[in-house]
Amino acid sequence: MSAEETHHASTEVAARVERRWATIAVIIVVMMAGLAAFAGIHRATMPQPRVETIDPSRIHLSGEFVESNLGSVLEANGTVTVRAIGQQYSFTPACILVPADTPITLRATSADVVHGILIQATNVNTMLVPGYISEQLMRFTKTGDYLMPCQEFCSFGHEGMWGKVKVIDKTEFANRAKGGGRLSCVGQ
Amino acid sequence: MLVNRKLILAHFWLAFAVFGVALTLGAWQMFIRSPIGTWLSNPELYYRSLTAHGTVMGYVFPTLVAMGFGYAISEAALQQRLVGVRWAWAGFWLIVAGSIMAVIPIALGRASVLYTFYPPLIGNVFYYLGVVLVVVGSWIWVALMSVNLRVWRKANPGAPVPLAMFANVAGSYLWAWTAVGAALELLLQIIPVAAGLKATIDAGLARVFFSWTLHAIVYFWLMPTYIAYYTIVPRAIGGRIYSDSMARISFILFLVVAMPIGMHHTFADPQVGAGFKFIHSAFTALVALPTLLTVFTICASVEIAARLRGGRGMFGWISALPWDNPMMLALAFSFVMLGFGGAGGLINMSYQLDASIHNTQWITGHFHLIFGGAIVIMYFAIAYDLWPHLTGRELIDVRLIRTQLWLWFVGMIVTTFPWHWVGILGMPRRMAYFDFGDPAIAPQALSVILSAIGGFILLASGIMFIVILARGMRAPQIDAGPYRFALAVHQPKTVPVALNTHALWVALMIGLTLTNYGYPILNLALSSGTSVPAVYVGAQ
Repeated sequence: MSAEETHHASTEVAARVERRWATIAVIIVVMMAGLAAFAGIHRATMPQPRVETIDPSRIHLSGEFVESNLGSVLEANGTVTVRAIGQQYSFTPACILVPADTPITLRATSADVVHGILIQATNVNTMLVPGYISEQLMRFTKTGDYLMPCQEFCSFGHEGMWGKVKVIDKTEFANRAKGGGRLSCVGQ
Repeated sequence: MLVNRKLILAHFWLAFAVFGVALTLGAWQMFIRSPIGTWLSNPELYYRSLTAHGTVMGYVFPTLVAMGFGYAISEAALQQRLVGVRWAWAGFWLIVAGSIMAVIPIALGRASVLYTFYPPLIGNVFYYLGVVLVVVGSWIWVALMSVNLRVWRKANPGAPVPLAMFANVAGSYLWAWTAVGAALELLLQIIPVAAGLKATIDAGLARVFFSWTLHAIVYFWLMPTYIAYYTIVPRAIGGRIYSDSMARISFILFLVVAMPIGMHHTFADPQVGAGFKFIHSAFTALVALPTLLTVFTICASVEIAARLRGGRGMFGWISALPWDNPMMLALAFSFVMLGFGGAGGLINMSYQLDASIHNTQWITGHFHLIFGGAIVIMYFAIAYDLWPHLTGRELIDVRLIRTQLWLWFVGMIVTTFPWHWVGILGMPRRMAYFDFGDPAIAPQALSVILSAIGGFILLASGIMFIVILARGMRAPQIDAGPYRFALAVHQPKTVPVALNTHALWVALMIGLTLTNYGYPILNLALSSGTSVPAVYVGAQ
């Protein structure tokens, strides 16, 4: 075999190995995107899909986020809706009361700057951007207390902005909800 | 042929000086927020420091490294004197002026908005103007890279552009375009409010503009590192580049797909709909492609070096590598950190998994591992490799260099692994301190202490790095010879036009940005009632 031919053969091998790796890389990438699409469509797991806006300079005056409407409410269909706002440097309500084993919709917004809600030991995690409403579906399987820190820098008091989530038994929550109104665990 | 050594050295020295300052601030922050340093729990000072750390490490340090390295590549790879030296100095001084202008309000506590700006928080207008000056200074570099390549092409019609310069110019174009997002946010939204011309701002729109910059900027930081992987490492360890065309394809892919993916930073945001979030997620998966290709090509190039040195067997060749060579060591460390950081990145960009770690310490761990670790360790290697050619003096402390690289690697792992862990536990980012007395937070104290120790190891390594370079300025003189870049196994005689020019790829980059960002931006810009009152930082 001449030197020229050897050279040619090794080039072929090199190119083939390279092509094989490139193919594997493309398959990995396509699979990742495919899995995300499948989980998104089939299991409906996805980040917040809809954009809703709200005027933050008026949220305390009227509409969904007035103070009397903040907290948890048991809906007629058995689900629970939680409404909350974040402001420098606290959440209202500071302690959110929810039942276990119940589909919950968290609706929240910010009254001033950008904040975030994160419930530790869960994957509940959303930004609160003033002017927009954040909505997140959640469901707790275990009762107990969870910490809920603000996860976005909101100026000098950020490190002190911690809320709480208290998950209680479903029937206990139903009993408390009988009186109507909005539930929270502030001061408990 | 490095003619304008003073210019290049000025960029590197300024870069490493500000890096030293920001690194010290970083270590102080690690200490002050850990249970060992609670004697000074002053959040106000903490956030000044954090803003300075982020602004320097994000905007000033890597930009100066890319610029200095870019000028060196232009002269050495094209073997042509730099055209526009006066402009280059103008760019340098703009960066100096901008940095000073930005740092004064930060130091006075008038701009503690972090380098990510976070409107409707608004700081002193000179902070933003300083950042703008830094970016404008770097755009002069972008223009010069383009001009120098054009001059070379005229003198060498049809010849393959040297790989280092091809990649360097791709990186400069990427930076020029990715900086536009933050520039729009600053010029259209933030600066008018900071200057008192407007009192309200759309925070949602600002976050989308910033995401335009925020992701691809990382790939701009990454470019010098990748250029070093391909064009310095194989030469330094006695090997060859496995494939010149695959290298070009990787750089082109970075240019095209690093850009239209930034909205994976806004998965948890309420102002972007699910559709665009998914598109950006899928495109982010795509950006793993050039990195996967690079890992293959570089490993193969390293294997070539090992086999040329007599390495045998399936894995036996690894022991034949020149492990006492700082470049080999830096590359290995960089790859290990890139591997861990990259795997974490795949989780961050995932449409579903992101929610479990978004805005936790996991993210801090992730980008310190990728940028501070994989990228910056190669900046060190680049400086070590270039230094004798810039100073005409030998770097004699090879043992010290190896120790410095080891410390940086160990420090980065010790810092970032506990960060990832507490992130999974749900520890939020950007906290000036934690209440370790809370039984739910107390178990995380150990991890935070470990991270702080890592921070001090990094500081020690950073100081060593600067000392080595400073001593290199006074070492015995040598003739370092011409600066060379690695050659490919099959050095190309001709290269297809698509792999030799940038126009098509720049057009694609801009086009994809418009398709992936155009609608969300227009939609937010045209919707009314979402502008909110500015909240001025430091105003009493």
